[in-house]
Amino acid sequence: MLDGTALMPAPVRVAERRRETHDTWTLRLDGGPELAPGQFSMLYAFGAGEAPISVSATGDGTEHTIRAVGAVTRALCEADAVGVRGPYGNTWPLEETAGRQVVIVAGGIGLAPLRPVVRALGSRAMVLYGARAPRELLYEDELTSWGAQVTVDAPAAGWDGPVGVVTRLIERADFDPATAAAMLCGPEVMMRFAVAAVRDRGMPADAIWVSLERGMKCGVGHCGHCQLGPLMICRDGPVFRYDRVEPLMRAPEL
Amino acid sequence: MQTLTELIHELPALQALTPAHRETLAGCARNQVFASGEEIMREGAAADAFYIVRAGGVAIVTPVPGRGEITIETLHAGELLGWSWLVEPYRNAFGARALGSTRVLALDGVCLRGKCEADPALGYELLKLLASVFAQRLRDTRVRLLDLYGSNA
Repeated sequence: MLDGTALMPAPVRVAERRRETHDTWTLRLDGGPELAPGQFSMLYAFGAGEAPISVSATGDGTEHTIRAVGAVTRALCEADAVGVRGPYGNTWPLEETAGRQVVIVAGGIGLAPLRPVVRALGSRAMVLYGARAPRELLYEDELTSWGAQVTVDAPAAGWDGPVGVVTRLIERADFDPATAAAMLCGPEVMMRFAVAAVRDRGMPADAIWVSLERGMKCGVGHCGHCQLGPLMICRDGPVFRYDRVEPLMRAPEL
Repeated sequence: MQTLTELIHELPALQALTPAHRETLAGCARNQVFASGEEIMREGAAADAFYIVRAGGVAIVTPVPGRGEITIETLHAGELLGWSWLVEPYRNAFGARALGSTRVLALDGVCLRGKCEADPALGYELLKLLASVFAQRLRDTRVRLLDLYGSNA
């Protein structure tokens, strides 16, 4: 990856753009690198800048789901073509958890990197998903087909599902903590509390994986923007077994 | 058919109590069924009971001018509803409404307060059980205050 091509974006056409929520879009790319669940690409919006975006669908037609929260991500959501560098990072532990039930805990946009995992796991996935409001739920049709348990903080008129934090879904969920594994993705503070809830159910730290994000820039572990203690998130992650990153996630200044 | 005493002994929510204390609770208990949308507790009304949800769900609600009745939180099977019966002035802080057809075990608050006064050991054990629920709900509320899913979380 250090022959120069790692840092050179290749132009790729956006084959399809699908609106997920009021501020979130899914782009299906016409070509580009093949990614595995958990990996990310650096997507470049010409004239605006570059952002690390996880893959939200693998195989036929790579997809990236992007929340337009800044100038770069807004430009990416509107682009007809993007520059792509990647794939970067490691993958969710699909082989290591083969045959086991996997509790998928996602918050907000954090469902996007886990979507390929849920698709791969099929009936072995138990999806627990929390979002701020019903209008911010991603992949609503798929949530239904997955049998996902969904909770929101601020319900709107017509919402008849659970209201409360995603940790409550973990407390109620029917899984065997001795044999199941868990994969979590969302804002880091959410993951901290969600991991605590999974641990309270009795699941060991070495059966839990989290996906971290710390301002990845180069993607190859050289620039240091995404350093977390001894780790470079872009190179050593973004997926980590929890026992490896627990002390780092609790350090306030890292 | 299962008796109230048998039911109380089997409820996971009350397993922290001794069998003798559960037996005492049975004297204050009754089964209740609420239809979907039916009011279980009214905000500001006398808090005369607490409930353990057996099936269905409960929305904790409050009316907001211009927005109607807002759901603050939902409770589901196995969870406890209501502690205002234990705290003066014994008035419900919020309302509660059934989500779908909902079966609950209702415990009479006045009856319970009487038994707790008469038997401080029961009162202490029941308070410990409820304190664990208070702690969980307070922690969840604090986590929600963080606006976990926002872009700045």
